[in-house]
Amino acid sequence: MPIIDAVLDDFFWRALIGGLGVALVAGPLGCFVVWRRMAYFGDTLAHSALLGIALSFLFSVPLNVGVIMICVVLATVLVLLSRTRALATDTLLGILAHSALAIGLVTLSFMPDVRVDLTGLLFGDLLAMRREDLLWIYGGAVLILCLLAVLWRGLLMSTIHEELARVEGIPVERLRLVLMLMFSLVIAVAMKIVGVLLITALLIIPAATARRLAHNPEFMVAMAVVFGFIAVTGGLSLSWYLDTPAGPSVVVTAFVSFLLVYGAAGKART
Amino acid sequence: MTEPLVTLENLSIRFGERLVVDRVNLKVHRGDIITIIGPNGAGKTTLIKAVLGIQKASGGRISLSKSLVIGYVPQHLALEATLPLSVKRFMLLSGRPLPDCESALSRTGVRHLLHASVHHLSGGEKQRLLLARALARKPDLLVLDEPAQGVDINGQASLYDLIRELRDDLNCGVIMISHDLHLVMAATDKVICLNQHVCCSGYPADISHDPAFIETFGRPVAESLAVYHHHHNHAHDLHGDVVAGGQQGIPSGHEGCDHAHH
Repeated sequence: MPIIDAVLDDFFWRALIGGLGVALVAGPLGCFVVWRRMAYFGDTLAHSALLGIALSFLFSVPLNVGVIMICVVLATVLVLLSRTRALATDTLLGILAHSALAIGLVTLSFMPDVRVDLTGLLFGDLLAMRREDLLWIYGGAVLILCLLAVLWRGLLMSTIHEELARVEGIPVERLRLVLMLMFSLVIAVAMKIVGVLLITALLIIPAATARRLAHNPEFMVAMAVVFGFIAVTGGLSLSWYLDTPAGPSVVVTAFVSFLLVYGAAGKART
Repeated sequence: MTEPLVTLENLSIRFGERLVVDRVNLKVHRGDIITIIGPNGAGKTTLIKAVLGIQKASGGRISLSKSLVIGYVPQHLALEATLPLSVKRFMLLSGRPLPDCESALSRTGVRHLLHASVHHLSGGEKQRLLLARALARKPDLLVLDEPAQGVDINGQASLYDLIRELRDDLNCGVIMISHDLHLVMAATDKVICLNQHVCCSGYPADISHDPAFIETFGRPVAESLAVYHHHHNHAHDLHGDVVAGGQQGIPSGHEGCDHAHH
């Protein structure tokens, strides 16, 4: 259809459609990050995405595939290492996050013929959003939303009380793995929007904002999606009119709405 | 006697080198209320986790009767502050229909809190909610880990009364861990004193005289519990089984411990 083609030919609209698609899954997954205190974990996976990109160039596979693979490997390593309890989880995460980022950067420097826009990777580059990326985003979004819908009760129950969930026959370990895989997927696709350094912000800020208004988990998820939409739309508009970098503008918008909601709720209380 | 719901045979659990549960034998039948007491670190929680199937045994056998439904009441419901959750939603997450959930809440006396946030409940209300949650599953076996924690004294007594009533209603078995020795002694059929191995076990009235019990808890505790002694027309051995002849031998030294080793 010519209208759709015209819209998709415009980089602003491509960026907006892509950004909304990411916000659609960042909402529910962000809620799980907040509920399960996994913010630092998300950060670690996001940092490792850069290593994934370096490796994709090395083995000439699509970037998204490389990023998903490395996130999955790292998530598995993290789960296994945290079971041994040799180091506190936050120490372990700190080590892996920054090592993965550093190894990624070092690896990239060994490939002088590969031209990589580092700023774009770290902070997002919406101008580079292609039609093919939209396909990845919406394919991933549909997959993740379907999984969430099917596994919702189990995921929520194992978040509320892991042992109770286990006694009730919920496959807690398997669900944890599925959740990790969904994080990997969302990181691989969200990288385009806000970059590896700001992905966690897109996950947790809308969810945290939504918490203030929500009285049940499902409503919190819905509100997180709404705040994600606001952040993406506001950030892109800011970028369009004031020529600010798009990724950081999205995060700034998310932060401002967080402040507004908490400020208003605080006033309403007193 | 009917088939036991749970049978533990020489169950041992190790964490690394440390033996946490040492060759425990235990049978739970329908209608039994079995209370596990013992000092901190005695392996009480580990033992019931093995029964629940969330802790692997290092040795011995756990057999559960076929299609056993377990209702578990954990020690705490420490809900993350960022997770909004109403009592109703929490009950429905059990996968049981709303009428079942509501009647379970009524049974434990917290039906009026249906629309409250779980975050706003008191310690006692949370325990009753967890109990209702377990009941909604219509369990054959109730497993409770210190059910009266964070509940005031009056509340504790009525909670134990409630557990007994539920046992009668559901004809289920009950295993619980408790520190409230007085209340346990008054409310329980059988007490197991655990300190890695089963130190002693039996009916509440008898166990407070057991040297192994006195050694574990100290004489003052044991003597104060003897208040709850009531008379039986029969006697029991250390397993709590009825001994013919009505004459209970006075166990010496560590006999209470020895029986766990064969």
